[in-house]
Amino acid sequence: MSAIIEARELVRDFKKTRAVDRMSFVVEPGETVGYIGANGAGKSTTIKMLTGILKPTSGQVRTCGLDPMRQRIEVARRVGVVFGQRSQLWWDLPLRESFTILAAIHRLDPAAGRARTQSLVDQLEMGPQLGTPVRSLSLGQRMRAELAAALLHTPDLLILDEPTIGLDVLSKQRLREFLVAERRERGTTLLLTTHDMGDIERLCDRVLVIDRGALAFDGTLAGLGATVGAQRLLVIDLAVPTASLTGIEGATLVANESQGLRQSLAFDPQTTTAAAVLARVSAVAQVRDLAIEEPDIEDVVRRIYAASRP
Amino acid sequence: MSTFWLLVRAGFRRHSTYRLALLAGMATNSVFGVIRASILLAALASAGTDIAGYDAPTAVAFVWWGQALLGTVNLWGFQEVNDRVRTGDIAVDFLRPVDPQLAYLAGDLGRAGINLLARGLPALAIGALLFHFAWPPGALSWASGLVSVLLAVVVAFAGSFVVNLLAFWLVEVRGIRMLYMIVGGLLSGLYLPVPWFPGWLQTIAQWSPFPSMLQNPLDILAGRVVGVDVISAVGVQVFWAVALLGLGQFVLSAGRRRLEVQGG
Repeated sequence: MSAIIEARELVRDFKKTRAVDRMSFVVEPGETVGYIGANGAGKSTTIKMLTGILKPTSGQVRTCGLDPMRQRIEVARRVGVVFGQRSQLWWDLPLRESFTILAAIHRLDPAAGRARTQSLVDQLEMGPQLGTPVRSLSLGQRMRAELAAALLHTPDLLILDEPTIGLDVLSKQRLREFLVAERRERGTTLLLTTHDMGDIERLCDRVLVIDRGALAFDGTLAGLGATVGAQRLLVIDLAVPTASLTGIEGATLVANESQGLRQSLAFDPQTTTAAAVLARVSAVAQVRDLAIEEPDIEDVVRRIYAASRP
Repeated sequence: MSTFWLLVRAGFRRHSTYRLALLAGMATNSVFGVIRASILLAALASAGTDIAGYDAPTAVAFVWWGQALLGTVNLWGFQEVNDRVRTGDIAVDFLRPVDPQLAYLAGDLGRAGINLLARGLPALAIGALLFHFAWPPGALSWASGLVSVLLAVVVAFAGSFVVNLLAFWLVEVRGIRMLYMIVGGLLSGLYLPVPWFPGWLQTIAQWSPFPSMLQNPLDILAGRVVGVDVISAVGVQVFWAVALLGLGQFVLSAGRRRLEVQGG
């Protein structure tokens, strides 16, 4: 099978601005790709060109081997999309009917449509809400319903544009668990834009970073961290107020709170370990508690921006 | 079940959820029916004779069928597609493997169905209780009248759809819609039967799609247009339905090419 997404020198201009600037990338079947960048970097514009909503100013795009602008309907049959801020459900009707209508729109065999709906509803635990009008669903319930709606026709490619925006921690967690399971089961290709780095960490094995319309990074999440030297943070609570922990080998002090009761040390996991840093701290002070913070990808992205902007 | 029919049903169900609004619409249509029928009867009384083929029972039937179809035929147009272009939700419509115009037409036919049943026919019944009016003169008038109503719904939808699509260029088409409502209300025969207009205004009306949205089905149902004339009345409606749906397709594809999705 050929590439699921193929973008070559993709450009989209709006009246005064260039939203997407000579983007080129290829996504193979089964990949899960996180597509990240600041607001207005061109993420949504790219997605809209991939799905035939927007016409590229120049360049080429193939989605599932098809030209999205000319073959919009064929592309729509093979791609599922969730726009976190828009709804594809019928607002005034009970949720069940949205699934019935979408199954018909996608020309699913009625029995197959019902079976697929049932399985998605079960996995997403939406059974009790089937009779509820969409307008009365909570945001978390609605997002799960949107996801089920996008997956109803078993698309080859699932595109999620900010799927966890505004969700509480628990709802995010459920959504991610479902996506991991769905992907394991069907090998659906996933393209995800998000501001929530937890989404990327949990779901994606490849990251595209877009900055001012152009591709700034394409590689693995670990590679992204390595590229910009992502550091881990060791937050240490001390038994008594202690002088600043400077001079710890392999670590730098980044914060000192509560008169030295809580101090944060940054270290590079490539060159040292949390245990080694802790041992060195324990030698000079009495540690009461500690926490290790993973690289904050938002920070990583910010550094990529900083690096790519002279 | 076909997709189109399911979308019709969805439109029907969607608009049937707001029962109180339907009831209020029915009451308003009835009150205005009484007023309009009284005005036309007064005009006929002062003329002392038929006016342009309308005697008292025909004129009253014209008014009450008009009131009954007012909610059914989307004469004043809708705002939904404009709103979806303005907010960018139109993007979702393009993500579905269906033609957006066909999908919206199906939804509008469903809306028309529930409005005819829950709002139009009760208003008609109230009119029949309060006034003496002419029922369609035979089975042929009933049947062709129904076809004509269906075509009126399609023509009104297609016209308003084109106006809504101008949002691709203007973002907000409220002003144009207002003009469309005023011109459409007048030329469709809603206020006065088109044959009562002065000659020049009749000519303008006859060259516009608006009589196809109301005047034509009303004339058939009120029994003013019978026999062979029914064919030309319905034929004109078919012409406008095809022409406006075609124009809508053209504008839709032109709009899509220059679409800027609002709101990210």
